[in-house]
Amino acid sequence: MRRAAQLGFGGIYVQPDVGGSGLSRLDTSVIFEALSTGCVSTTAYISIHNMCAWVIDTFGNAEQRERFCPDLCSMEKFASYCLTEPGSGSDAASLLTSAHRSGDHYVLNGSKAFISGGGDTDVYVVMCRTGGKGAKGISCVVVERGTAGLSFGKKERKVGWNSQPTRAVIFEDCVVPVNNRLGEEGQGFSIAMKGLNGGRINIASCSLGAAHACVQLARDHMMVRKQFGETLSKNQFLQFKLAEMASQLVASRLMVREAARALQENRSDAVSLCSMAKLFATDQCFNVCNEALQMHGGYGYLKDYAVQQFVRDIRVHQILEGTNEVMRMIISRDLLTDL
Amino acid sequence: MSGRVLVGVKRVIDYAVKIRVKPDNSGVVTDGVKHSMNPFCEIAVEEAVKLKEKKLIKEVVAVSCGPQQAQETIRTALAMGADRGIHVEVSGKDYETLGPLHVSKILAALAKKEEAQLVILGKQAIDDDCNQTGQMTAALLDWPQGTFASEVSLEGDKIKVVREIDGGLETIKINTPAVLTADLRLNTPRYATLPNIMKAKKKKIANVKPADLGVELTSRLEVLRVDEPPQRLAGIKVETVGDLVSKLKETGKI
Repeated sequence: MRRAAQLGFGGIYVQPDVGGSGLSRLDTSVIFEALSTGCVSTTAYISIHNMCAWVIDTFGNAEQRERFCPDLCSMEKFASYCLTEPGSGSDAASLLTSAHRSGDHYVLNGSKAFISGGGDTDVYVVMCRTGGKGAKGISCVVVERGTAGLSFGKKERKVGWNSQPTRAVIFEDCVVPVNNRLGEEGQGFSIAMKGLNGGRINIASCSLGAAHACVQLARDHMMVRKQFGETLSKNQFLQFKLAEMASQLVASRLMVREAARALQENRSDAVSLCSMAKLFATDQCFNVCNEALQMHGGYGYLKDYAVQQFVRDIRVHQILEGTNEVMRMIISRDLLTDL
Repeated sequence: MSGRVLVGVKRVIDYAVKIRVKPDNSGVVTDGVKHSMNPFCEIAVEEAVKLKEKKLIKEVVAVSCGPQQAQETIRTALAMGADRGIHVEVSGKDYETLGPLHVSKILAALAKKEEAQLVILGKQAIDDDCNQTGQMTAALLDWPQGTFASEVSLEGDKIKVVREIDGGLETIKINTPAVLTADLRLNTPRYATLPNIMKAKKKKIANVKPADLGVELTSRLEVLRVDEPPQRLAGIKVETVGDLVSKLKETGKI
């Protein structure tokens, strides 16, 4: 990943003055889609790292940007995004990790769950409660590895995304300087959500790459596998299935790229489009990969064949960075709000 | 030696593409087919950029002859570190019949015009496998040539070139200005970084016509026919060495 960072993949949409590549959301989507055709799991982590780097770049003050961003862009240091807790997933705003102010520092207590990179990364972007209940009481602080009171759970055993570790992140009287807070107290939830808008496009882009690779795998398999005296490519049902898969992929891609453009231009419909793109693309692309596995017959179930890896890896895209159910909440709320 | 290096880069069908012959056997299908920079040209660009990074030369100019799309190939060279580009516009019928002699004349004219100290080319293109352009360019310029280079080092105003030849490795020392052609093991081309790809968009590419360089593109060659290689036939198994020898005699192989 550090070699990828040397090529500019560590901070793709981070500003150049702190080491980023200064590219657009659309460029980023194309990049993550392409990388995912090779490895979804590694690309997905790179995208999470990028999201964290962007959050610090965008909401950090000059000193924080200089302190954290260059190392993140070069991947001298790796980052993790800490929002989810054992008791708050979809209901993210109900998070409990507390941050009590004491002079020039906060004392953090609580734990985060399912943190990608957790335990191996250096920079943790943590949403914690500095104020009262709900979203308005949440702030965003950066916690560095090695801080007293920061520890980690066991490495989770996952179905996919196995090229990156996932652990609980635990805070026990963890002392963090107030200087590590990004933005104002109470701004944390908004920061988290803005980060996720881009994160959702990135994850959806990873699903696109997987689906693209799987359509090619299915097509190649159809051209060589023979049953009933002819190649599968002569079978009309499979021809039509392949056509549907390709169409679903192209439709998903158009949605994701449009959402990327909207986010880049700060359009008023960007949040809704990002949610729609994530919902649509992760669902459609999982189906595409799953169908591609089916078309491989028994071979599709073997780990010797690549198609099952894509299925296992992108299954979680329908869950993280906001479940597809939460995406529906965001979209319907947007539709049902009186303007 | 601190001067200008001209690097020729050719746009060819990507090495990974499955080549298809046109139904009328007049050539291969190029429409809608993925093209990239010739791999040996990438090695040539890399060597030039390395020389600039070592501060042994001042400027790398990437040149390509072809239609509009040749500019993409020049942009790739710019993203790898070339400073500016020259696009020699050749399109249509002229492009179909463009060959090493024409390109050599163009490169020779440009080398003189740009006062180049070095011309670095790939040893051959993977589409026509001619392995002629470097040699012809040197001849037209009456410059020394270091072809099939697997190692290049500048020593004062001379160049030491290690060449890969049939018998092994040959080391020669030639005067500058000179023409070099890059062989496979000369270096490993860098991946362009994202920031460099963006910067390359702003670098200049000048447009030139062959006529401006006094080069005429009429071809003295006519391609009669292009065919796929014959299908590989099945072999047969024989029981004894005696059988093998008689079969070989039968089919006229020995």
